[in-house]
Amino acid sequence: MAISREDVEHVARLARLELTSEEVELFREQLSAVLERAQRIQSLPLADVPPTAHPVQLHNVWRDDVVEPCDVTEAVLANAPEREGDFFRVPRILEDAE
Amino acid sequence: MFSTELWRLSASELVSLIERREVKAAEVAESVIARIEHAEPSLNAFISRTGDASVRHGSRVDEDRSNGVPLPPLAGIPIAIKDIVCTKGIRTTAGSKILENYKPPYDATVWADLRNERTLLVGKTNLDEFAMGSSCENSGYGPTRNPWDVTKVPGGSSGGSAAAVAAGMVPIAIGTDTGGSIRQPASLCGVVGLKPTYGLVSRYGLVAFASSLDQAGPMTRSVRDAAVVLKTISRHDPRDSTSIPGDRPDYLSGLGRPISGMRFGVIQELSGEGMQPGVVERFQQTLTTINRLGGSVEEVSVPSVTYGIDAYYVITPAEASSNLARYDGTRYGLRVEAPDVLAMNRATREAGFGAEVKRRILLGTYVLSSGYYEAWYGTALKLRTQIIRDFEAAFSKVDLLVTPTTPTTAFAIGEKTADPLQMYLNDICTIPANLAGSCGISIPCGLAPEDGLPVGFQIMGPALAEATVLRAAFAIESEIGFDGARAMQS
Repeated sequence: MAISREDVEHVARLARLELTSEEVELFREQLSAVLERAQRIQSLPLADVPPTAHPVQLHNVWRDDVVEPCDVTEAVLANAPEREGDFFRVPRILEDAE
Repeated sequence: MFSTELWRLSASELVSLIERREVKAAEVAESVIARIEHAEPSLNAFISRTGDASVRHGSRVDEDRSNGVPLPPLAGIPIAIKDIVCTKGIRTTAGSKILENYKPPYDATVWADLRNERTLLVGKTNLDEFAMGSSCENSGYGPTRNPWDVTKVPGGSSGGSAAAVAAGMVPIAIGTDTGGSIRQPASLCGVVGLKPTYGLVSRYGLVAFASSLDQAGPMTRSVRDAAVVLKTISRHDPRDSTSIPGDRPDYLSGLGRPISGMRFGVIQELSGEGMQPGVVERFQQTLTTINRLGGSVEEVSVPSVTYGIDAYYVITPAEASSNLARYDGTRYGLRVEAPDVLAMNRATREAGFGAEVKRRILLGTYVLSSGYYEAWYGTALKLRTQIIRDFEAAFSKVDLLVTPTTPTTAFAIGEKTADPLQMYLNDICTIPANLAGSCGISIPCGLAPEDGLPVGFQIMGPALAEATVLRAAFAIESEIGFDGARAMQS
């Protein structure tokens, strides 16, 4: 189950990781080895087995919708890399309209 | 006279000394802090230390006690907490450079409960970054070393907690276990580590790794202490929607009761093949101990169990790749400046995450990506069902399942870092309990003759069988009489 450099670069883009060329090669080799071993699960007779995404089967966990004070703005924004007033400041997202 | 050696005592021993007013909580804290000062330079078990505050809190406990204020059972006992559990106002890094300066604005429920119990937090322990690893070498803050032999790893990911407890730096530490991260380091450091049933202990405020498997639990030097801590931290938490509702049983009342008639199943597929001879020898010897105590031992087959590791390394990277998407340089943690948001996200994640975390994010993104999702993630979820079914079938024949906790004793620092697959195979015996959502404990069962390092004996029970698991562990521990003093000499 060898994966290619392109595969690594593709998932790195999806995961917003910027890898060096050496990292791409290292991860290609290491991920290939892990997938190589794990590939054997695909030949197990599991066609009729339902999936389990979660070990505890709890459904519809409700609580009363009660308003509580939540005065954490300062504490939360204290961790912000950059803030402006009560907002997180980020680099420009939209292009100029002009 | 007494105070110089207080750090050697278990939490239960300290509780009775403090209650009888033979020692003060502040003295205990001072003794433990002096021990940390001495041992920390060679072990690196902590990322942050909060010793001064713990002495102050200890003095307040002492004052309240002399004023007749009613106090909870663990009041004044020093504890350490894995640095993946949020502590309000106290830096919580998850072992990652991306959270180097993060101070949580809230407390995890586990810590809130221990703080309300008036335990004394002495520090936040080292771990593999985001709990991804089996050796503590993936930490952004340097590796922790094994107090039995500082050239060896302490295991991981809760390696700092295990080393701190083994070395006498603290009688109680909290770890988290996603695929063995409490039990495996407990095994390698010769301490007790309990992974509770998924949902027994709140996950609120744990930095998420793989949300359908993560679970916090106690690491201690005795089974009794583990039971005492579990009693304190296990409850239904309305802030965790996966928290199991209802009251918890009394985990202490079974301790000391006989285990005659209890049926132990040795998992045939995990009973020795490919394992270190000394590990197998101590494991077999412990089975003889169980027989001597009147328990029965039989072989049980759990056919899918050896595939657990394959399912695990599909499911947990998948969940992690999603959970770790939040580290994007926007709201907290590291930001590496760049002209646009996408470049900022990428540069931040490239600089902030270590190699193992990147590996798992890539792997998780791969198995979830279009065209691969069904064959990888979908298949792994089916396999998870099969493992649950096989465990249910095994537990219809026996009360408890046993294995060596790890295939080998502690390995050398650097030995497995270049080969992730070899590192992953270390968790082959512990992963199945996480996938199945059941509970498990590792207790020390002796030293391997070839290297003199501790061997762990794992006891697994069905979901919510902690009381039975602890009762069996206590009986075996009492009979074996493991001596961990060597780890306290370093």
